[in-house]
This record gives sequence, C-alpha cells and structure tokens, in this order.
Amino acid sequence: MMAEKNQVQNIEKPLPGEQILIIRHLHKSFGNNHVLVDFNLELKKGESVVVLGKSGSGKSVLIKCIIGLMKPDQGSIEMFGKNIPDINEEELDKIRAKVGFLFQSNALYDSMTVRENIEFPLRRHWIRVSQAEVNKMVLESLEDVGLAHTIDMMPAELSGGMRKRIALARTLILRPEIILYDEPTTGLDLITGKEIIELMIEIQKKYKTSSLIISHDMNCVRMAGNRVAILTEGRCYALGTYEQLQLNTDPLVKQFFE
Amino acid sequence: MSLATNLKIFFNEAGNLSRFTGRFFKQWFKPRYETAELGRQCFVIGYKSLPLIGLTAFILGLVLTIQLRPSLIDYGVESQLPAIVGIADVREIGPVITALIFAGKIGSSIGAELGSMNVTEQIDAMEVSGTNPFKYLVVTRVLAATFMLPVLVMMGIAISLYGSYLGVNIHGVTSFHLFWKQVFDSLSFTDVLPAFIKSYFFGFAVGMIGCYKGYNSSKGTEGVGRSANSAVVLSSVMIFVIDLLVVQVTDVLGLN
Ligand SMILES: Nc1ncnc2c1ncn2[C@@H]1O[C@H](COP(=O)(O)OP(=O)(O)O)[C@@H](O)[C@H]1O
Ligand SMILES: [Mg+2]
Repeated sequence: MMAEKNQVQNIEKPLPGEQILIIRHLHKSFGNNHVLVDFNLELKKGESVVVLGKSGSGKSVLIKCIIGLMKPDQGSIEMFGKNIPDINEEELDKIRAKVGFLFQSNALYDSMTVRENIEFPLRRHWIRVSQAEVNKMVLESLEDVGLAHTIDMMPAELSGGMRKRIALARTLILRPEIILYDEPTTGLDLITGKEIIELMIEIQKKYKTSSLIISHDMNCVRMAGNRVAILTEGRCYALGTYEQLQLNTDPLVKQFFE
Repeated sequence: MSLATNLKIFFNEAGNLSRFTGRFFKQWFKPRYETAELGRQCFVIGYKSLPLIGLTAFILGLVLTIQLRPSLIDYGVESQLPAIVGIADVREIGPVITALIFAGKIGSSIGAELGSMNVTEQIDAMEVSGTNPFKYLVVTRVLAATFMLPVLVMMGIAISLYGSYLGVNIHGVTSFHLFWKQVFDSLSFTDVLPAFIKSYFFGFAVGMIGCYKGYNSSKGTEGVGRSANSAVVLSSVMIFVIDLLVVQVTDVLGLN
C-alpha cells in the first residue's frame, strides 16, 4: 500500500523527527472575541490526539487554521516541514493532498453521486491516474467503510451514519498521512457514533495515519485518543492520557469527566 | 431602524458586492480553467430555463398584441400592429421580461445552491480538495449566466413574435409572410444591437448577485432562504437600473 501510494501521488517522504504536526503560540481573534490565545500542541507520527472542548470554545477554528481555511493572527503550524500560514496556494494544495479533513457536517456534494463525491479530491488534486485505477481506488475506499453498495446513490438517500462513512471514504481516497476529524460523532445516535469511532480506529491501524480528533463526546475521547488535550479559554489547558486526566482534580478538567 | 443605519447597511453591502465583483475580474481569465463545469453550467442555466422563458414569452406576445389592437384601431393604424409589437418587443419588453424571469429562476437557484453549499461546508470541502471554489462555483456560473441570457432573450423575442402572429390573426387575417415582413421592415440594426448588448449585462448581474448572496449567506438554514430571496430582489432591481443606464448611453450615442 505504501509503495503504491508513493508511486501514485509522488509524495515526498515525511521529514525525520517524531512530530508530524507542531502548533506553537497560535492566536486567533474575531474582533473582540479572542478564540485562540497562545495554543500549543504536537501530534506525533501514528498517534491520535483528541482535542476536547465545550461547544464554541474554538475547536473548529483550530482545525480550520491547521488546514489553511482560516489564517491565524499569530503563531506557527508546522506540517511536513512547512509553516501553513506562510505558504502559497500551490504549496498548500500539496500539503492538503496529504491531510484528510472530515467535516462536522460531512460536506458531501449534494449534486454528485457517492462515486463522484469520492472521486472529486482525486481528480482535483491533479493526480494522473487511469479511469480503471480511479474506479479501483473508489471501490477500495468504499469497502473500507463498508458501503460499497451505495456507490451510485445520491447523498440525500443516505442516513446520517452512512453519510459520515462516505465522507470518511472521501478523505481516505488520497491515503492521507494525517486525518483531522471535526466532531465525528456529533449529531449521530450513541450506537452509530460508536461504530464511527471503531471505524476510525480500524482505519488508523490499516493506513497508519495520525489523527487529530476534535470532540466533546467522551466515548470518542476514551476509545480513540492516545492523548487528550483540553481546550479551554483558547489555550491547551491540560494534556495527558485519558486515565491521567480522569484523576486530575482541577475543576476545569474535572467537568468533562463527570 | 434609523435612516443612518439603513444607509450604512446599504453602502456596506454595495462595497462588499463590488469587492466580490472585483474578485471575479481578477480570477476569471487565470488558469486553471474550469471548462467542464462551465459547460455543465451553461446547460443547466441556459437550456433548463428555455421552456419557462418560451412559455412566458409566447403569452406575452399574444397578450400584448390583443391589448394594443383597440388603441391602434382608434388611431386608424391597425395595419401597423406587427411593426409596433415588434419594436416594443425587441427593444424593451423582450429583454427586460426575459431577464426578470431569468432572475426569478436562475438567481434564486444559484443563491440557494451556493447558500446551502456554504452552510454545509461544501465550499470549504472543495477548497481542501485542491479546488479554488471561487473559480469552480462563482466564475463558471457568472460566465454561464452572462453568455446564456442573450441567447435566451433572442429566443424569447422570436417566440413572443409567434405569439403576436397568433394575436394578429385572432381578429384580422395577416399572412405569415406579411407579418414577418412588417416586423423586419420596422426594425433596424440599432434596435437589435442595444437590446442584445444589455442582455449581457443583465445576465452578468443575475449571475453575480446570485453567487454573491449564496457565497456569503449567513450560517443556518434560514440563511439559505434569505440569500435566495434577496438574490432575486436585488438582481431584479439591478436589471431596471442597468436598463436605465443603457438607455442613457444609447441615447447619447444616437442609437435610439
Ligand atoms: N468566521 C467567523 N467569524 C466570526 N466569528 C467566528 C467565525 N468562526 C467562528 N467564530 C467564533 O469563534 C468561536 C468558536 O467557534 P467554533 O470554533 O466554531 O466552536 P466549536 O468549538 O464549537 O467548534 C465562536 O464564538 C464563534 O462565534
Ligand atoms: Mg465546531
């Protein structure tokens, strides 16, 4: 799989060193609303970190800064040896080809079939592959999420959990090295949410991706995260394993575990 | 709301729309070109509006003729009916009515489509998928609307003249050949050209305003409805404003 990926996408090898994503002194404000104030976090290769925070605490802002959809006011976000806020569109596109993003609202294109949705990133990143290969990759991605039979359906015909899976299949098509999840279980029922978390863990194992998961769902935090970062008041307030944080007596940390 | 806040909102909106339009002109000729999507949009925007525009145009020509006849009989110029309807249709009624129908159908659908894409993060998803969403969504739709409306206007005028032919023949008898001869004899190049040119501006305005409203819709589902609605209202008003400006220009140029 690795060999094929390198051949198809012509991706450079990640730079040596453990950390695959380094966020330093990140600031972001909207007028007087200081959403991120000196946020720091590191993601190591192969690990998955959950960023836990209340609704409106700036989790989506953080993840959008990482993928370059928003520009931070200050601070650096280093991925694949580049500082995301500094680079131009072209370089940004190259990095985005290696980073999957699962949107909170799935962001499936309503006007396209499941197949076209999944093909979209592959075609748009100008990766020159034959139609046969595209078909094979689409099918493989769909099989990874267990929904091969929906290939010719429209997103509107699918349930919430299925749409989440299709969105995941769409991020998988480029074989990303990092996947950013924006509240993957929000809006799903408990059981479907758990299924999605299990799927995320499975995919992490299969493709050896690193994950940054943004959530306020404690199931997700417990099951999917190697480490947990608590985002409060715009900062990374506490960082540790689930077990460590569970024993933490700080009231701002404790409220999440009650 | 006080007058001052209303004025502030107006100028704010006008400024943002101008900036959005400027962005279009900065991006539209730069590669990469979204030709496949442009073709698809031309089909969606042009071809799919044709039945509606054809139907309304036919009725318009018919009704206009029926209503004009009594006045023309009073003046004793009933025989000039095809000529007068032809001029009115080509110079003003055809382009403006077609553009208004176009604004109702296409302006609202662009506003709602882009609005819902914005709300459900589809525009962001395009951006992270190696696509410039402004080029892929806005430039293609604006160009398609600009190119397609003049074609629709010309077709609409032709269809409404068929309606007019029917109207002429309800009471009198005019041969098909004579009808068209009278219409074309009364028309000159200076009647057709300004009508054709202003149709481009109408199409551009409808596409631009629809995209602007959709692309900048507020989050939440009610934002989608609001952007569709305000796209239609604003582009309808813009059609009349452009019409007013064009008639001044052609007047100065002696084309009237
Ligand atoms: N584009 C924007 N413009 C202005 N304020 C924004 C914008 N995006 C987010 N915010 C503000 O940032 C704060 C954090 O939002 P968000 O990151 O979406 O929260 P969540 O943690 O629930 O994902 C909120 O107060 C929100 O109002
Ligand atoms: Mg959020």
